[in-house]
Amino acid sequence: MSVRASVLAQFERVAQEQKKTLAPLTDDLVLLESGLDSLCLAIIVAQLEDALGVDPFSAAEDAEFPVTLGDFIELYEHAAP
Amino acid sequence: MPPRDGRSLWDAVRAAGALAERALWGAEASVRLGELVGGSSLGGRLEELRGRSVLVATRDQLTAALALIELDGVARRLVLCPPDLPRKVAPFVMATAAVDAVVSDRAALEAGSVGTVVTCSARLAPADSARTGPHHTEWILLTSGTTGVPKLVVHTLASLAGAINGDRVQTVPAVWSTFYDIRRYGGLQILLRALLGGGSLVLSSAAESTGDFLIRAGARGVTHISGTPSHWRRALMSPSAHRIAPHYVRLSGEIADQAILDHVRACYPGARIAHAFASTEAGVGFAVEDGLAGFPASLLTQRGAEVELKVEEGSLRIRSARTGIRYLGSPGEPLADRDGFVDTGDIVELRGARYHFVGRRGGIINVGGLKVHPEEVEAVINGHPQVQMSVVRTRKNAITGALVVADVVLRTAPDSAETGRVAELEREILQRCRDALSRHKVPAAIRFVRFLGVAGTGKVVRQHA
Repeated sequence: MSVRASVLAQFERVAQEQKKTLAPLTDDLVLLESGLDSLCLAIIVAQLEDALGVDPFSAAEDAEFPVTLGDFIELYEHAAP
Repeated sequence: MPPRDGRSLWDAVRAAGALAERALWGAEASVRLGELVGGSSLGGRLEELRGRSVLVATRDQLTAALALIELDGVARRLVLCPPDLPRKVAPFVMATAAVDAVVSDRAALEAGSVGTVVTCSARLAPADSARTGPHHTEWILLTSGTTGVPKLVVHTLASLAGAINGDRVQTVPAVWSTFYDIRRYGGLQILLRALLGGGSLVLSSAAESTGDFLIRAGARGVTHISGTPSHWRRALMSPSAHRIAPHYVRLSGEIADQAILDHVRACYPGARIAHAFASTEAGVGFAVEDGLAGFPASLLTQRGAEVELKVEEGSLRIRSARTGIRYLGSPGEPLADRDGFVDTGDIVELRGARYHFVGRRGGIINVGGLKVHPEEVEAVINGHPQVQMSVVRTRKNAITGALVVADVVLRTAPDSAETGRVAELEREILQRCRDALSRHKVPAAIRFVRFLGVAGTGKVVRQHA
């Protein structure tokens, strides 16, 4: 599965588990308007670390926080081992 | 300035002056402090609350703030009910604090055994009652306990305001704001800073998105703003992060790591950036403004300081006039040791000339500023008939600082052919947790293990920090 597909799959899965209504997952979707709160995003980051073996947030301290879903996916694509 | 002994909050608000220009701005309504001179949020019923132990249980932060301003010095006791207090523990809180009156902004409060219920509204009614004494009101703040039942910490206005002395010489009055709810210690600090320091305050709202809040705070010209590192991580992910241009940014309530300090600095290059140590029990310990994670070891050896710090058995201990006074309803549990030091339970490590926070004693997990006692979660997991034992641990996380995860030993380990059964058990255990616990306490992951380490004490070995 591509990095992008893994990220999107986790968004869907966590939204379902946490009973959140997910906005359509487009690259320009603002993460804070995705329907997911901080706890959901935290769980996604943890599950992606298990799935992809990488946590780009802890790896690059100078990385900017992602604002859109596109930024978020890019962060993982650049960090993926 | 902190109020002098015996002065009520309203006296101190008036003494700070310029009431007509100062305001409390909520998401839905706002009140100029000047309106409180001849107006009351309590519908003219202040006298009914004189000398009472009052639970302030409002939905809205603005109405809570107004009630606190009016009731300090008048009520015997003010119990600050946080917005997420589980309904089932409310009777415990009310009994422990001997609550005999409730202030609420809900039209119909759930029927209880309390005699007096006063409705609080941001639409002020004419008032003629004096808001002076005679009471040295006890302020009761709730903090989480190991069993899911909150602890009640007694403060006074003087102990709560003990850290408020700076920021006096300001040409422009401060417009404060905070991501915190003001019913929590971190938020209450900011309310009092605004009220006592001659400023205004933009209140947050649980019903509002981070982006909308930032836009609203920006529109009010916020100059000083506080939140946990998790609040700030969320704010920095918002396209509206640049809608505020604060002079002062404060982080507290969680470990501020170097990454978040750097991110905040990069976003607000002109701001003073402080990270503070404070807790409901220990009060405000210190605030550091050098932009570096941790705190200078020299803070431990300052002579004549208002706050004395020491490290014993690895944890930070604090003695000052800002600490809580005692726990209510737990006579056997002292809040401070015999010398007056409060053990914060925060484990620190000396690296060079700086102490760094490395975690909490007892494995307490801080998820975005909310405490989780592993025992509470383990008790729920262990209630599943197939579970022999479990240990709940912290897992570091870039968004909320930490997440809760669980290692679980099953009574009979399913063999490897039964992967379907394992997934089913995981779902059942998680459902149990979701039914019984707040969301931040539910494990983000469950790992089934064959055994857990058990120490000589017979207790499960916890990996601290």
